Order: sequence, then structure tokens, then C-alpha cells
Amino acid sequence: MSRRPTSLRSTFALPLAAVASLASLVLLSGCQGAASSAQDVGEPVSGGVLRVAYDVDPECVDGQQVGNNTALNVARQVTDSLTDQDPETGEIVPWLAESWEVNEDSTSFTFHLRDGVTFQDGTEFTSASVKENFDAIIDLGAKATQGSSYLAGLRSVETPDDRTVTVTFDEPNAQFLQATSTMILGFYAPDTLEKTPEERCMGDIVGTGPFALDHFTQADSVTLSRYDDYGWPSSLAQHDGPAHLDGIEITVVPEATVRNGSLSSGQIDIDTAVLPQDEEVLESSGFPIVSRPNPGVVYHLFPNVGQPIADESEVRQAINKAIDRDELATVLSPHQSPATSTLAQSTPHYTDLSHLLEHDPDGAAQLLDDAGWELDESTGIREKDGEPLTIALSYWQTAPFLELVQQQLRTVGIDLQLDKKTIAEHRAVQETGDLAFDFYNLTRSDVDILRTVFDANGRNVNNREPEEVDEILDRTTATTDPDERGALAEEAVTALIEEGYSIPLVELSGVVATSPDVQGFHFEASSRIQFYDTWLAGED
Amino acid sequence: MRITPTAVLILRRLGHGAIVLWAAYTLSFLVLFVLPGDPVAIILGGADQSTATPEQIQAVREEHHLDRPFLVQYALALSGALRLDFGTSYATGMPVVQAIVQSLPSTLGLATAALALAVVGGTALAIIAVRTQRPTLRNILAGLPGLGVAMPTFWVGLLLLQVFSFRLGWIPALGADGFLGLVLPAITLALPLGAMIGQVLLTALDRAWAEQFVTTFRAAGLARTRLLLTHALRVASLSLLSIAGVLTGNLLSGAVVVETVFTRNGLGRLAESAVSSQDIPLVQGIVVFSALVFVVVNLVTDLLYPLVDPRTRPAARPSSRRTARPVAPTAAQEVSA
Repeated sequence: MSRRPTSLRSTFALPLAAVASLASLVLLSGCQGAASSAQDVGEPVSGGVLRVAYDVDPECVDGQQVGNNTALNVARQVTDSLTDQDPETGEIVPWLAESWEVNEDSTSFTFHLRDGVTFQDGTEFTSASVKENFDAIIDLGAKATQGSSYLAGLRSVETPDDRTVTVTFDEPNAQFLQATSTMILGFYAPDTLEKTPEERCMGDIVGTGPFALDHFTQADSVTLSRYDDYGWPSSLAQHDGPAHLDGIEITVVPEATVRNGSLSSGQIDIDTAVLPQDEEVLESSGFPIVSRPNPGVVYHLFPNVGQPIADESEVRQAINKAIDRDELATVLSPHQSPATSTLAQSTPHYTDLSHLLEHDPDGAAQLLDDAGWELDESTGIREKDGEPLTIALSYWQTAPFLELVQQQLRTVGIDLQLDKKTIAEHRAVQETGDLAFDFYNLTRSDVDILRTVFDANGRNVNNREPEEVDEILDRTTATTDPDERGALAEEAVTALIEEGYSIPLVELSGVVATSPDVQGFHFEASSRIQFYDTWLAGED
Repeated sequence: MRITPTAVLILRRLGHGAIVLWAAYTLSFLVLFVLPGDPVAIILGGADQSTATPEQIQAVREEHHLDRPFLVQYALALSGALRLDFGTSYATGMPVVQAIVQSLPSTLGLATAALALAVVGGTALAIIAVRTQRPTLRNILAGLPGLGVAMPTFWVGLLLLQVFSFRLGWIPALGADGFLGLVLPAITLALPLGAMIGQVLLTALDRAWAEQFVTTFRAAGLARTRLLLTHALRVASLSLLSIAGVLTGNLLSGAVVVETVFTRNGLGRLAESAVSSQDIPLVQGIVVFSALVFVVVNLVTDLLYPLVDPRTRPAARPSSRRTARPVAPTAAQEVSA
């Protein structure tokens, strides 16, 4: 059963699903004809307004501030970045910076900027703009949690000339290079930086991107229009000059049934949040489905070794062995997949480590026996010193596969209690630090996410004392050499899984359905959307 | 200046209203404070993606006075509310008053249209049911209100969208701000309301029809329809006035569902998102605003009673006002009126 985080919506869920299935039957008969019209796509044409539906309100469209996925997708159209990241290889490639140098220990980064870049208000983009924006992000403080963590330890931003900027950190900071490819470190015009954070949230932002933000109405819509003088796309772009689309009309549509029906009836071009149960129907009626796993740390059970049960290495390892990840695939949509490592397969430098995550219930039982957890035949749950092997898991996400995990753990005598809460409630328990296990995923297209999450000096999700694996993690930030970082990441992930610090479950994917007329639609490296190359067939 | 009984009534009502508003504010503050949940999580965005440092979290706590004791927080919030400053939304940073004012026109338009439809539809149903000579038709009509109330609003809304927007393509599902966009949501919202009005009016008309004065009039040769429309309906409309508060409540709560289904950016949807994300200042603002609407509606109703029913006009000492429930006037009074 699909459950949504808010109470109002979950009361809708069941009847809605019934109506939806009824509706899709009706629609199927009506929409079969549309499927064949997209055969001959031809050359990209300019024009048309792309109508996109999101399920969640952006709330604040300023990409530098705290932003949800919708907000970051809006910001991606409005601002450009110093670099871009190839979604296939993870390689960092030129964008607003034509080239760059990184010093030996990854503490200093010098970027050589492209010429002739202007903000949408006509002001020139120079090295000073980079400095002003990075300073502004630091000033935002808690309002820019992600941005300020990317820039943590910033010592100075120097601008020897208009086209050169050198960013220096106190400590090695290899992740900074990938961070420069995100919209979170995107650039705004000097006028924008003088606005209050609230004004910027409400849409008062001017960037260098291919689309200018015309209007943002809270919880309703965002209107973007083409920046006609644009001519500095990322080196990954498939064309030059201004964007193909005249504009983009983003609407916030909370109800999945309404998004689905609007797409099927041609009232929108893209539904960015397709429910698993709608995928098949849409696909079979000719609406292409595009998905990409979110890079970064997959959905996990994160043990907190400061708590009983989670502090036992044998129990943590037994959980990893008791989970049958192949079986999880049966309850996932074809566009989601079970975890094959701590990192999602779309993360640069990912290695398939599924051999470490094989289903081995006998091994799990053996480990638990050895650790003194004896099976109580009457309840089917293991006990030690009169205490049952019960794990309470608080979470807020829509994750029906957890129920299967619960069953799988039960077969080896572990009692996993699922306790679904609202985000705010969950956060409140999280803050107490009393959770033996936590559940979430974290998106970032760089192996540095491992350090962010697991490092004993970082977030320290396991609440561990520093040990060997932290030294490996620290070494990943001292080099920008892709091969070396990849090898170090593999070493770290292997150690984390073997000790049961990492219990990966499922990769989260963004699933998007488009009308057959939408062409040139693709995800960028962080599985967010760049509409620069997108065009609408059938426009003149 | 002479103080009229009506002025006294209004002053008393305003006093009551102020107490209601204060109680609504205090109660909602208390409930939201007791609820498990951490406002800092809302302010800093999603629970998990946030990489805020403890110092940053502390800064947010201080900025929103979340580090202060309960009573201090309450006093600060209440003194702000008295100056019409309900703070800023945790989620968006927008001033609460601005957020409410922005979403008001859309909801007001929807509510007005729905109320008009409901009154016309409900009244028509009741009159036809009373007037008809055919028992079958009457039974069917008398059963409709029950059906109308029983049908879930979101289900009706989705069904209408499915048929008229997705299937027939007559009305756009999204982004229709004008009259066309109002049609389906107004019908959806009007349905339970019209059902309620129809039910109440039907019962009241039946009762009025059995009154002596009607018999007298009919004996005097007054036409059935004219009698029904002018005299009986006037009496029956008093009972409608008495459910005005309930109707308002239904309009507000119905708007939450209707605006979500029809993707309308109004007060209802604002309330839904505020509650689900525990956006405390915004929830507070909406609660107080809703309470204000109730106070005003009740005040207006109280002032309307005397106009419709002369017996409830406040005397020099209007202390027994609340006990004076409107009843159908006797034939003698009605004739002399």
C-alpha cells in the first residue's frame, strides 16, 4: 500500500487509488492513438512552453538556500555553475570555467572563467561575482546548510583579474570541485545578493542561466522564460545559443491522480513524480518514462553503536546477511532497484559490491547464535538475558519495501518494529540520539557523501569512535584523482559493510513521465533536470 | 449619544468574539507546542538532507525564540498576534498575514460560488419536494440530501475532473483561474452544502406547511405556490440562518479537500500544507483567521434574526436573546404583519 507522509493524504490514498485505477482504464481506451505520433522526431525546433507538474511546492526557489528537489530543479534553469558533471562518467567538465587547476593537496582551486557571460539583467559575470556569491553563501549560514557545508573551511577567494578566481581552503577539500557543478553553488547578479534571503526565496533571483524566473506563486506555480542572449551552455550541452523552449510553466499538483490525468489528457507535458502503480499504464499508452537512480548513499539502516543491540557487530552483520535484496526487487517498480553497495550505481566511482551483500540466512543465524541471542521457539524472536531482539525503526518516508525487510529479518528471529511518523515527529526523535537504527538516503553525485555520512569527525551516523576506516575516508578528500578516489571509496565501503556500519537496502529513483512530444529531456549527474536541451516536437 | 439595544448587542457580541479569538489562539498554541515535532527541522528543510551544524541549529532556535521557556514563547507570540504580526512561515519565510491575504481571494471566490450554488440548489430541491403531488418524486428528492452528504468530496472532485477535464477536455484541470476553472470545484464544494440546506429547508417547510396560518391562507384562497414562496419560505429560512455557522465550517473544511484536488492555491491548501509540515506560525494564523470568520458570521446572523423575525428584535434589556429560539409565527401574527 502506498502511504504518503501527510495524514490528510494518507486518508485519501486508498479511495484515490481505487478511483485512479478506474480512471486509468477509462483513459487507456482514449489515449492509445497518441502513442504513434512520436516516431519521427527530426531536428530540434525552437518554441513552445513546456508545462511541467511537480508534486511538492518549491517553497523557496533560491538554490543557494535550503532547497527541496523542486526548488533545486527550478534553480538549475536560472543559474549556471563553474563546472558541470558528466552523468555517465562522473567527470567534471567546463561550464562557466573554461579550465582550472587544483594544487597537490586539494586545498586550492584556480578557475579560469569564460568570457562574455552576462546575468539576465545585463550585468557582467566576472571573478568578482564568484567571490560575492561564495561570501553570500557563507553569510546565509544555517539558511544555506548544503552550500555552507560545501564551502566549509573556506580561507579565501582571490580574484587576481576579471577572469581568474582562486578558492583556498584550510584543509584538503576534494569534494569542492564536484560542488562547483551544483546549482547550490550557482551564481546570482549583484542586485539579487542585496535582497533579503526571504525576497530571494520568493523568486527575486537573477542568474546567468538559460531561463529567467518571471514569477513564483507559493504552492502554485513558477513561470520561466527563455534568456535570449544566452550563449554559454555547459560543455555537455547538445546545442549552442539560447534554449529551445520559449518558456517553462511549472505547476505544483499535489494529487498524483490529477498529475496522471493531466498528462494523459495532454494538459501537461511532464509529470515529475510518477507513482509506481501508474508507470505501466502510462508506458503502455505511449508516454515515455524516464528514471535515474539518485546518486549518493542509498536507503539504509544506519546503526547507532551508542545504543544496545546496534552496538553488537554480530547483530549488524546478521541483519545484512538476513536481508534478501533480490527479493526486495519484487516489491519495487521496474525503475527502482535494490542496493548493490553503500553507494547508488549512478554515483561516480561506484563499484558493485553485491557479493558482500549476499542473502545468507544461515550465516545470520550462526552469527546471532554465537553472540548469545537464542531463539525463543514460542515467539520466533531471539532473546538474550531475557531481552528480546527487538529493533524499533522510526521513519517518515514512503518505503513499502520496509515491510518485506521486516518479514525477512523475522525469519532469522529479529523483530523489526516499523513506526512511521511525520517528518517533524521523526526529526524530534532523531535529535534525541536515542534511535538504535535510522533510515534515510542522501543524494550527492560525489563519493564525498561517504565522508559526510560515515566519518567519525563528520555527521558520524554510526556514532562511532574514530577508527581505521576514517583514515581511508579522510584520504578521499585529499586527492582529486578519480581512480585514486574510486579505489579509496571501495576500500571504505567494504570496511563499512563488513562491520555492519552500512546496511544498504534500496536505491531511490526519480521517475518522470513525459508526453511523446517532449524531446531532449535528460537528467544531470545529481539526477536533477536540465531543460536547456529540451524541445517540443510539433512546435514550429 | 443614545445607546440602542442593537448597539449593546453588537458590543456584547464583539466582546464574546474577542474571547473566542483569544481562546482559539491559546488553545492552538498549546496543542502545537505539545505535539511531538521539531520546528527546527521544518525551518532547515527536509529531515535528512540537511547538513546543518549544531551551531547553525542553535542560531535558528534563537532566531525563532525556540530556546525560551514556554510562557515566554507564548507571551512573545501573543503580543505579536495582538499587533497582527503572526510571525513568518517556517517553511517559506513569508509573513503569515501576507500568506493568508494572498490565498484569500481564491478561496473567497470559490466559497461564494459554492454557497450560491448550494442555496439555489438546496432551495429548489426543498420547494419542488414540498410542492410536488407525486409521492415518488418527493421520496427521491427527500433522499438526495442524504446521498449528497454521504459522497466524499474528493471522490466527487476526482470524478468530475475525470469526466469533464481528462475525458471530455471541456475544462482544464490546472491553471484555470477564471470562471471556467471555478465551475468544477464550486460544484464539488456546493454538493454537501446544498444537501444540508435542502434537508434543513425541507423539514422546515414541511413544518411550516402544517402550521395553522398556512391553512388559514389556503382557506382564504391564496395560491399554493405563492403561499409557499412568500410566506412559508420566509419562516423556514430562519432555520437556515441558524445553521449559518455550520455551513461556514463546512465551506472552510471543504475548501481544504477541494483546493487540493483541483490544485487551487487557496486558504484550504495553505492550511493543509501548514498542518502537515507543522508550520506552527502559519497554522496559528489560519486558526485565528477561521475563528474570526466564525465570529463575524455569528455576529451577522444575530443581526439578521431580528430583520427576518420581528419577535427576536432586542428589547431594552436583551439578556434573553439567546433563549429566544425562532419558531414559526402563529397565524394571527403573520396575518397582522
